[in-house]
Amino acid sequence: MPAVRCIELVKTYRQGSQAIHALDRISLDIAAGGFVCLSAPSGGGKTTLLNAIGGLDLPDSGEVWIDGERVDVLGKAALASLRLHRIGFVFQSYNLVPVLSARENVEFVMQVQGVPAAERGRRSRAILAEVGLEGLGDRRPAAMSGGQQQRVAVARAIVSQPTLVLADEPTANLDSEGADKLMRLFVELNERHGTTFVIATHDPRVMAYAKRLIRMLDGRIVDDIDQAGG
Amino acid sequence: MTGLGLRLAWRNLWRHPRRTVLTLAAIAFSNVLLVFMISLQVGTYGLMIDNSLQALTGHLQVQADGWLDDHRLQQVVPDGAALAADLRAGLGLAAVSQRAVAHALLSSEERSYGAQLLGVDPEREPLVSSLPGLLRDGRWLANGGAAEIVLGSALARNLRVAPGDRVTLLGSARDGSFAASITTVAGVFDSGIAGIDRGIAMLPFDYFGETFAMRGAAHQVVIVTPALEHVPEYEWRAEALLPASANLVVLDWDVLQPGLKQAIRADIGSAFFVYAVLVVLVAFSVLNTQLMSVLERTKEFGIHLALGISPGRLGNIVLTESALLGGLGLLLGMLLGAAVTAWFGVRGFAYPGMEELAASFNLPAVFYPQLNLVSVTAGPGVVFVFTLLAALYPALRLHWLEPVAAMRAA
Ligand SMILES: Nc1ncnc2c1ncn2[C@@H]1O[C@H](COP(=O)(O)OP(=O)(O)O)[C@@H](O)[C@H]1O
Ligand SMILES: [Mg+2]
Repeated sequence: MPAVRCIELVKTYRQGSQAIHALDRISLDIAAGGFVCLSAPSGGGKTTLLNAIGGLDLPDSGEVWIDGERVDVLGKAALASLRLHRIGFVFQSYNLVPVLSARENVEFVMQVQGVPAAERGRRSRAILAEVGLEGLGDRRPAAMSGGQQQRVAVARAIVSQPTLVLADEPTANLDSEGADKLMRLFVELNERHGTTFVIATHDPRVMAYAKRLIRMLDGRIVDDIDQAGG
Repeated sequence: MTGLGLRLAWRNLWRHPRRTVLTLAAIAFSNVLLVFMISLQVGTYGLMIDNSLQALTGHLQVQADGWLDDHRLQQVVPDGAALAADLRAGLGLAAVSQRAVAHALLSSEERSYGAQLLGVDPEREPLVSSLPGLLRDGRWLANGGAAEIVLGSALARNLRVAPGDRVTLLGSARDGSFAASITTVAGVFDSGIAGIDRGIAMLPFDYFGETFAMRGAAHQVVIVTPALEHVPEYEWRAEALLPASANLVVLDWDVLQPGLKQAIRADIGSAFFVYAVLVVLVAFSVLNTQLMSVLERTKEFGIHLALGISPGRLGNIVLTESALLGGLGLLLGMLLGAAVTAWFGVRGFAYPGMEELAASFNLPAVFYPQLNLVSVTAGPGVVFVFTLLAALYPALRLHWLEPVAAMRAA
């Protein structure tokens, strides 16, 4: 059973008289524990595909399956619950709550997930250590670098131990050192916990980390390369 | 809301300290204003009723049924002094006194004026009326039935008489005969109420009785209770004490002086309008602040929705922010309002634009606002509720927020 299965996904936007095929009959299986890069130039349909997989946006037609469950037919609340408990999202802009410390940002999500108060402190400390932010838990976002903030966002995304992490251009706002650190963190999490990663990017340095590289253009998959060996 | 939720809401409030302080100031200021204005109203009404009733009306009067409308000399309370004594004993009140009332022509050497003559018990009248205490010249009536009279200041001026001067009174007696007597001016009172100072004169009950052939009868037995709120209780107790045979009624101050409650009701009505405007303005200020703060956070809320946090949760944060804002405004407003009001309660407050109403109800130029639980909590409580209501729309808007669109927001 693949972690993600997309069948004939179509999403068309209309801009005046013009139809934009953001997703043009995309079919795709991603195995559990996969580490996949979706690469395409800007406007290629990466975000649309990730949003469809994560239930943020519904496709016009086609099916999305996650861990053997069809999710594109779920209601809004069920999709939200799916994202809250089983999918980790990382976005280009970290968008942490500026008035909460790193630890509080993570705890806020845990609180919503219903994690008991006593456990929240312990787990947020552990997860921040795991993403390499030991000792920075009390800092507010403004007092951290972009890379550090993105790590907090990653911590927030994986604290519920999701089986799938969807990352949309997570390195776009990072310098190359920050980007490398983040990718190494993803690889580490992938190998240690078996978490499936789907990372949208048009950054070649990011693609180098991928075990599987899927190239898209104008809403279609044009290339699907297994890089696991190399 | 848990500790973290509260902390989050609290800190969110201070993302824009200046905006929050301004909104808070608007809430607190209107709360101070509401506390002060409502306290002032409570104090003014109390004073208005007391001053107006204590001159002559009292809280309750026993009268012959119909006398209030017709004022005929023959519509009497048969043995006024005895009934007053019974009521004093039965009610356990000292402030009960009988009066007889007649219209007569008063003449000095130079002039003649019509007036309402009140035959009063010189000993008891000071307990039910403020007029004996408001003598400007001369002295109060001596006990017993001496032929003497106390006049209102304008009446004395019109007649050009002073204490010691003689006045002739002419009228018709209870039996229809001609009533006439010569009496000496004992004193002149000045109540400040134009109608009373111009048209009222008091003379001893017994002397009145002889002059008008009353045979001990009275027209009113005036009762003053310890406080306004006790009036209904004393009213039914007084009714139970009336002799069954006589055609008597007990009337309360509202019936005796109907203009008073009407004036208060009209004033409450217009004040209520001012309060409502104030509350609505505050509500809009909060709505504006909260709407702005939610719109600014569109992207942040979008991310949270994308992470799977429900709109309801996010809405709760917004509502908590408003509750904190409103709660802070409530506390500040009540404390400051109570302090300001207490200060004016001691020092007094001159009410601009109230002179006319004041004059017609024998009110002083300076008022003393009265603090009580209602006057301190009513206004700020309503403002607080409206603060919460104002946050409902911004909070509910989150339900229509699409995470994808929201995240794309600048
Ligand atoms: N809400 C939208 N309305 C109209 N066009 C859209 C919308 N979202 C995406 N598109 C279009 O769909 C195409 C794919 O967009 P997107 O998935 O964001 O690409 P990428 O993430 O690869 O840059 C683009 O041409 C984009 O302009
Ligand atoms: Mg994109």
